[in-house]
Amino acid sequence: MTPALIALRAIVLREALRFVRQRGRFIAALVRPLVWLIVFAAGFRAALGLSITPPYQTYTTYETYIVPGLCGMIVLFNGMQSSLSLVYDREMGSMRLLLTSPLPRWWLLVCRLIASTSISILQVYSFLAIAAIYGITLPWQGYLYVLPALAIAGVMLGALGLALSSLIKQLENFAGVMNFVIFPMFFLSSALYPLWKMAESSELLHDICAVNPFTHAVELIRFALYAQFNAMALVWTCLAGVILLALALWGYDPARGLVRRKG
Amino acid sequence: MTGLHVEKLSYRYGAKQALKQVSFGVSPGQFCALLGPNGAGKSTLFSLLTRLFTTPDGQITIAGHDLRREPRKALAKIGVVFQQSTLDLDLTVHRNLTYFAALHGLSGREAAKRIDAALDRLNMSERRHERARDLNGGHRRRTEIARCLIHDPAVLLLDEPTVGLDAATRRAITDHVHDLSENDGLTVLWATHLADEVRDTDQLVVLHHGEILANNSCAALRGNQALADFFLDLTGAEA
Repeated sequence: MTPALIALRAIVLREALRFVRQRGRFIAALVRPLVWLIVFAAGFRAALGLSITPPYQTYTTYETYIVPGLCGMIVLFNGMQSSLSLVYDREMGSMRLLLTSPLPRWWLLVCRLIASTSISILQVYSFLAIAAIYGITLPWQGYLYVLPALAIAGVMLGALGLALSSLIKQLENFAGVMNFVIFPMFFLSSALYPLWKMAESSELLHDICAVNPFTHAVELIRFALYAQFNAMALVWTCLAGVILLALALWGYDPARGLVRRKG
Repeated sequence: MTGLHVEKLSYRYGAKQALKQVSFGVSPGQFCALLGPNGAGKSTLFSLLTRLFTTPDGQITIAGHDLRREPRKALAKIGVVFQQSTLDLDLTVHRNLTYFAALHGLSGREAAKRIDAALDRLNMSERRHERARDLNGGHRRRTEIARCLIHDPAVLLLDEPTVGLDAATRRAITDHVHDLSENDGLTVLWATHLADEVRDTDQLVVLHHGEILANNSCAALRGNQALADFFLDLTGAEA
């Protein structure tokens, strides 16, 4: 095995071990979307009527509609949690250990991304399994097709987290990220309501949702879950991913001196 | 050129000049104590030496590799112990070392062999399966020193490695690292603000307000004075 792959394996394994140890985090990651699915969806079902739009071929209930959005939510939250742990690692010093490795820095950061994405995928499948038990099943191919979609969405949202973590000076500032990044991203997307529904109330909000990369990540997941392909969503998600990754790598460039802030 | 060489290194945080034209060299197998009061610029220097961040002003050469032009070759040659512990407290000693070995591209039997040797070297073998959290401060430090030896570095950088340890443990760690330079030929840069960790045969570099005030063997510098007095005189006069 090459040194780069040895490091990748170790970083993924460390992240996985950390995840297994923090059982609370796993449960929280599952409870959050399940609350939406079981409690909120029940309430909204009566209020929201959904027409038949692709990828759906028949009338769908609201619960069914929001499942892909909740998968996206898991990936989004996990991506942010992982970047939170990066800020924590930086304060605790273990980030230094990572960055003094003789492997290229971009590769080390990509390893972290792959690690956090793997955890997200694990969480999404657990969620889909519970949703299936609850009665929301998908075409069997969907469970397969969603894997690459989750990987792409995971890398894009992880890169967002990575980019943010390079901008945040201290752990305390992370609450601001929660308010100003995660919530707007989640609510201004197609995760909870279809875009045409949004357009009925406000064109502006609709336009914001339409450019939100999270919307495209959710749509990519939604189509994949029904064994369909949404090229537009793929292009947007990849494009956003590349830009965010470039931003993150720039943020961690040693010439910029990110780590110096915490001497 | 081997060992460690720093040439006209400057660094500033915004308006504050942290290092001013710092130049010194440490020969192979030499133990060099970098003595400086808090805020002298020691940690900045260490961050530059480990390429946590870079500066366009000055040059760093580690075991013959220019850190700017060949960063990966240079980084492969240094072993670092940071001031703050960087152990994963929930992992065992062995797992911590395996993780580090992997970051340096080592795995399998080769990694296991080197980890065993490093733990042996620091008398930590019997604690390999203990969680880092359950170790006392001295043993945690020893684990970190063992860890920084795994990839067979030529230069060891230790940033105040004895902070927060009791006197006996401090002595033991200091002795261990002196051994590494004397017996194993490692070049050591040991930052500290405690004069009693420095031996007469050590090279002594005094850093104060980002500038080098003295650089010679400790015995030659202090003369008949106690090192602590010499240090206070030197830095007090300049303060």
